[in-house]
Amino acid sequence: MKKIDVGKKILSENEKYALENALLLTERKKLCLNMISSPGSGKTTILTRTINELRSGIKMGVIEGDIETDIDAERIRATEAPVVQINTEGACHLSAVQVNSALKALPVEDLDLIFIENVGNLVCPSAFELGETAKIVVLSVPEGDDKPAKYPAIFAKSKVLLINKIDLLQTGGQVDFDIERVKADARQLNKRIEIFPVSGKTGEGMGSWYDWLDRSVKSLRF
Amino acid sequence: MHEAMVAQSLLATISEEAAKHNAKPVSAKISCGMLNPVNDEVLRFAFEAIAKDTPCEGVKLQIEHKPLRGQCQNCNRDFDVELPCPGCPECGSEDFALLPDAPLMLEEVELDPGAD
Repeated sequence: MKKIDVGKKILSENEKYALENALLLTERKKLCLNMISSPGSGKTTILTRTINELRSGIKMGVIEGDIETDIDAERIRATEAPVVQINTEGACHLSAVQVNSALKALPVEDLDLIFIENVGNLVCPSAFELGETAKIVVLSVPEGDDKPAKYPAIFAKSKVLLINKIDLLQTGGQVDFDIERVKADARQLNKRIEIFPVSGKTGEGMGSWYDWLDRSVKSLRF
Repeated sequence: MHEAMVAQSLLATISEEAAKHNAKPVSAKISCGMLNPVNDEVLRFAFEAIAKDTPCEGVKLQIEHKPLRGQCQNCNRDFDVELPCPGCPECGSEDFALLPDAPLMLEEVELDPGAD
């Protein structure tokens, strides 16, 4: 028997494309945010509201990842922002090679900010780098306040945590959700994480998220 | 379920190494961090399924989970972090930073040069 030291990253094929994407984006000074959450946390609602309310200042495009259908892409298309749909046909996450093709199909030169809406899943997408500028994790109130503790990887790797559907906190005891616990658990995993409680539906709290986006786009430009 | 993709990537890399040395792979050592975990059972199952009828059929996978490391911002000491982590085990400070997690790696392949 003969032992061979290999020392190779197993997902190096994915990393190769992730690096290519990162280069394409940084050379053109584009902000690219990889949105990760469970299914039904309200990513698409947050995106459509963000696009509609920031369109005069920031030019945005979207890469939509879904297992099947283009339902979400249709919702984005209604905002008139450019959108490319990726159907993963069963795969539980987007891969860098798929994002590479999608970036080539988007008018990247004309955009300031590209959102990647990953497949709804709090686990697998966190393991696949796409070449994005940052990951944004969305956690919605009905999912429960134990999620940072139960799914630490994505909270440790994200730059921003959007706590969505905060309008449900005011409905009077129907949901048990300790927002301070979520904040404390997330900060324990990631000291620098920015946390914005929002409601994509009513627009509450979205201002701080918009300010963060604005600052981030500007910091790339200059 | 991303283990299926990990298995595929692993199969390709092990096959490549085996072909380079013109020998049959027998076992492989993999390591991963706590924030890039794989489920051992699922990965072995996926690997076994796709390795069937390839030179990697029968290859045993040894999977090492490397602990997450933290660095205390008060006493500067590095330590293993179990989440949730109350603080530095030395000085008790709650002010610590997580160090980069170990990536998913193929560390070592064991080959049988006589078998091919």
